[in-house]
This record gives sequence, C-alpha cells and structure tokens, in this order.
Amino acid sequence: MYLLLSTVIFIIGAIGVMARRNTIILFMCIELMLNAVNLLLVAFSVLHKDPNGQVFVFFIMAVAAAEVAVGLAILTMIYRNIKSIDTDLLGNLKN
Amino acid sequence: MIKLVALIPLFPLIGFIINGFFGKKISKGLSGSIASLSIFASFVVSVLVFMELQASSQKENVVSVFSWINSDTLKIPFEFLVDPLSTVFLLIITGIGFLIHVYSVGYMHDDEGFARFFTYLNLFVFFMLLLVLGNNYLITFVGWEGVGLCSYLLIGFWFKNTAYNNAAKKAFIMNRIGDLGFLLGIILIFVTYGSISYSEVFNNASLASPSTVTAIALLLFIGAIGKSAQLPLYTWLPDAMAGPTPVSALIHAATMVTAGIFMVVRSNVFYSMSAVASETVAVVGVVTALFAATIGVFQTDIKKILAYSTVSQLGLMFLALGVGAYSSAVFHVTTHAFFKALLFLGAGSVIHAMGGEQDIRKMGGLKGKIKITFGTMLIGTIAISGIFPFSGFFSKDEILAHTYEHSPILWLLGTFASMLTAFYMFRLLFLTFFGKFRGTHDQEHHLHESPSSMTIPLIILAALSILGGLLGLPEFWHLPNWMHHNLEPIIKRPAYSTMSHETEWTLMILAVSAALAVIYFTYLMFMKYKVKPADKEEQLRPWQRVIYNKYYVDELYDAVIRRPLDGLSKLFYKFFDTELIDGIVNGVGSTVKVIGSSVRYLQNGNIGFYLMSMVLGVVFIVLLTFLIK
Repeated sequence: MYLLLSTVIFIIGAIGVMARRNTIILFMCIELMLNAVNLLLVAFSVLHKDPNGQVFVFFIMAVAAAEVAVGLAILTMIYRNIKSIDTDLLGNLKN
Repeated sequence: MIKLVALIPLFPLIGFIINGFFGKKISKGLSGSIASLSIFASFVVSVLVFMELQASSQKENVVSVFSWINSDTLKIPFEFLVDPLSTVFLLIITGIGFLIHVYSVGYMHDDEGFARFFTYLNLFVFFMLLLVLGNNYLITFVGWEGVGLCSYLLIGFWFKNTAYNNAAKKAFIMNRIGDLGFLLGIILIFVTYGSISYSEVFNNASLASPSTVTAIALLLFIGAIGKSAQLPLYTWLPDAMAGPTPVSALIHAATMVTAGIFMVVRSNVFYSMSAVASETVAVVGVVTALFAATIGVFQTDIKKILAYSTVSQLGLMFLALGVGAYSSAVFHVTTHAFFKALLFLGAGSVIHAMGGEQDIRKMGGLKGKIKITFGTMLIGTIAISGIFPFSGFFSKDEILAHTYEHSPILWLLGTFASMLTAFYMFRLLFLTFFGKFRGTHDQEHHLHESPSSMTIPLIILAALSILGGLLGLPEFWHLPNWMHHNLEPIIKRPAYSTMSHETEWTLMILAVSAALAVIYFTYLMFMKYKVKPADKEEQLRPWQRVIYNKYYVDELYDAVIRRPLDGLSKLFYKFFDTELIDGIVNGVGSTVKVIGSSVRYLQNGNIGFYLMSMVLGVVFIVLLTFLIK
C-alpha cells in the first residue's frame, strides 16, 4: 500500500518537473520525488527488517538539503539576471 | 690479427660517419685524406690478416663480433669468416679501393659535393667488406643490399640531372629483381638445412634432395644475375656510367659486380652437386659475354665501351664458374679488377683532359699529349686482350682451357667473345690516342695530363696488370699456380683437369694467335685504312643499326614490362584510389554531417525540454533493466 502511494507521489513529482515553468515549483517537485523515494525505502526497510534502508533515508535527506541550498542560490542568481523565474526565458544557449 | 678482423669494416664506417656529419665543415683535403686513410688502414689490416692466414694451417676461422639474432627458433650470430676466399677479396677491395680513393681526390677536386662523394664511397667499401666477410647468408645479403644502395647513391651523385637519377633508379630496381631470387634462395636454404651459416650449410649440403639443391643454386644465381649484370638483367650497367668515373671503376668494374661471382664461389658446393645449375650458369655466362661484346663493338662513348666490356668479362667469369673452374674465376676477378679499374681510371683521365667529352669520335691523337694516361691504358688494353705475359692472358687462358675440357662449343663461343674483346678494346685505343685530333679547337687547347693524384694510381694498376699473372701460373708449365692452391680448401668437391699437355699448349697458342690476328686486323682497319665510326646513325647499315641500338633490349623491356605496369598503376589510381577509397573517406565525412544536423535539435536551450528528456531517459533505462531480465 505504501508502495502505491510512493509511486503515485513520484509520478506526480515527475510530471510536475516536466510541466511546470515556475522554478520554485520545479524545486518543490524535485523534493517531492526525493521524499517519495524516502517513503518507499522506509517501507521496504520495515518489511525486510533491515535498518540499512532507514539509514539511507538519512543520507538522502542530508543530500536533499544541500542540493536545495545550492539550487536556491542558483535561482537567486537567475532572478538577479532576468528579473523573473520563468524557465522558458532561459533559452540563451539556443542554436 | 685474425681476431681483429672486425677492424677492417670498422675503419671505412668511421670514415663514413666523420665525412657524413662533418664533411661540409672540414676542408676538402682533410675530407679526402680521412676517407683514403681509413681505406688504407683497412688495407694494412687486410694484408696482416692475409699473411697470418697464409702462415697458419687453420684455413677456416670464424670470428664472432656480436650476438645478433638470438631467439629460440632462430639464431643468427654476427660472425666473420676469415678464409682463403674472403682474404683474397679483402685485398682486392681495400687495395683497389684505396687507389681509387686517391684518384678521386684529384678527379672530384672541383666538385662541391666532394665530402658527400667520399661519404658514399666509404659506406660502399664498408658494405662490400661485410659482404665478403660474413659467415652466413644474411650478413652477405645485408652487404649485398648495402652496396646496391651505395651504387644508387653514387650513380645518381649529380642528382640535379634527371637522366642520371633515372639511371640510378634503374640500377637499384633491377638489382632488387635479382635480390628476390637471392632471398628466396636463402629462405630455401634455411628451410632445408635449418641454418644459414656457411659452415653448417656446406658441411650438410648433401643431406638435401638433388632437386632442392638445384633450386637453391638457381635461385642464388638469379641474385647473381642481377648484381653482376648478366642477361637479362644487365641493362643497368651501361646506364650506370652516368656516375662519376671513379664510381664506375670501383663499383662497376672491380668490386660490386664481382659480388655475384663471390657468392657463387662461396656456395660452390651447391653448383658442384647440381649439373643443371652449373650448365645454366655457364650458358648464361657465355651468351652474355658474346652478346655484350657485340654491342661494345659499335659503341662510341668511351665509358659505355668499357661498361659492355665489363658485362662481357663477367660473363666469362660465370662461364668459368659454370664449368667448375672456381679458382680460375676468382683469378680472373683479380686480374680483371686490376686492368678494368686501370682502364676506367684511364678513361676518366682522358675525359678530364678533354674537359668532359666522352665521345671517341671527337678524340684522336692524344698519345702525345697525355703520355702517362696513354701508356697505362695501352698496358690495360693489352692485358684485357689476353696477350702473354700480361695478367689477362693467364686468367683468360685458364678459363678457356677448363671450358674446352667441359664443352668445345662453349669454348668456341668464349674464344669468339675474347676475340671481339680484343677488337673493340684496340678500336677504343686507336681511335682515342692515335691519328689526328678530331675535337674542337678549345678542347685541343685544354688537353693536359692529369695531376699525380690521378696518374700514380694508374701507374700502380698498370704494374699490377703486368705482374698479376704471377698469381696463377699455368701448372702444365710446371710453375706454381698460387691462386689454385690458395683456394683449394674452400672448393668442396674439386674436379681435376684431365687434359693432356699437348691440348693445353694448342689451346694456349690458338688463343694468343687469335688475339694477335684480331689486333692486327684492328690496326689495319683503324690505322691504315682510317675507318671512322659513323657520325650519324643513318650512315649505318641495318644490321649495324640494330647492334648500335643495343638490340633494342631497353625498348623491349619498356614495352613488355614498364608500360603494362604503368597502365596497371594508372588503373589502381583512377579506380581504386580516387573512386573507392576517397569515396569511403568522403562518405564518412558526409555521414557525420548528416547525423550532426539532425541531432542538433536536441540542444534547443529549453530547460523544460531538458528535464523531460532526463525523466524519459531514466524511465527508458528502468524499462531496459526489466527487459534484459
């Protein structure tokens, strides 16, 4: 049951990443995917009575935090440059 | 001193390196001296080695220099063999080589490539020494190829002239054709006997089947045909006269072209075992002798006459080899080296005096103006015609006597070739030195005797041409034949002469009388009746024109070999190279362009697109993982 929930959350996150233009929403969807995976790991860890899964969840959370920090820094820099957070406007490398 | 035999090729090698790297920076005198002294040093060591060998009873001395090829299945050490045959050749090469080096100092005096000339000459002597000293076929082959290379470098010495370059290329390529046979012979020897060292192969020679031995002998002989300019691979030698005259004297008279003879004598056990191969050698030899002699009769360039004479004399040497008279062949090599080098150097002196003119139709009456050259060339001409008591008489007579024993027909052909030799050589002498001068006024003023650096070698060689006969006095005169006794240890299956003394006397007297008759006839023709060679080709009768054009052999080779090859190479160029391979290469290029222009659209700068492709990619990989299961 947690399996299904986790998969659904992951898919929502994935579609969100593909379809949204607002950068902050983009980050939130990435976090959603990560958390979905966390949920899955914990569920399996309980199922197999193996603590390794939950330890790995800690790792993921730490990494996610770091990644968000960097991501928001990049977002800030982009905003300073183009005064917007619409990803469609970031096409300067085109052609 | 025999242990130090490695010094002999070492000195010329050092001379080559010094002149090669520093030749342009040192004076001409120093450059020439270094080159000549290195050969002289080799000569001194050769004499010491020779004397030690004569005194010793051990006639076969193997001196190891270094371990060369040393693998499990193939062991070829770099060894020198000091024995009667190699020491005789050592003396010829270093002795005459030294005289020619000294001569070249005078002859090449005004040439700006002076140091380069001596570099090549020293390198040539080095390779030639390797050739005769090696104890196995591979070292000999290295020397063989090396002298071919030096021949190419020296023929094309004045490289700014395209015709000379072509002559050099012709010499080298024709040599290579012969070398193919030689190499196949060596491979066959290795496959049959498991080794290519002389001692191992010759001691076990009889273990192979007769047909194998014949095959080996014939293949090796093909190499000799190329190197020693026999039919059909002889056309390079007359063209090789494009090189400076000392080159013609050293390489194309005294040493390189005798490499074929050397190789056959060295391998004499095979030829003794195979009658087929020996007959082939004899027939090729005598036919070449006759053929070349006829061409020589009509030539008008002084060096070309001598070139055809060389081909003819080499033919006589091969005739000797073919009838089993190995020591006679080596004897003739020695005497021929003396008088042919003399004749070539003398011709060089004449050309020098004439300011570069080589056409005998423009010469005449030179005997008063260049006395030393005339005197020495007279001696050389008498020697080559085989008149007693000059050296040529003894060696040629020995060859013809042994030939008569084997086959009177071959003897007749050989004698006829000798008569032609006397004819065209005296023709050369009479037209060049006697009569009235037929050149231009400027040439007449320019006439002068050559410097002593050129005349002294001439005098020394003339003395050798007179005295050389002492090396091989006829046995039926109850006089010692040193050459025969010296070479006895290396002739593996000696054949003894069974001719009666009467026959030998008859042959000898016949030969001398024939030569004298021919000389008298030549005298009548050119001196008394003042016959002159035609100035233009149209004045010749048809049969004379054919011979004058060297039987059109060059044209034949051109039509039969060169043109088809040219056509084939054009075909390969047009079709295979241009269309096929260029097509493939260009095709690869255009394919890359096409792929590139279609893949370009993946990079559109749209972040949403990138994210979507990432997700899709992950999905794809996961699906693959499941599918691979």
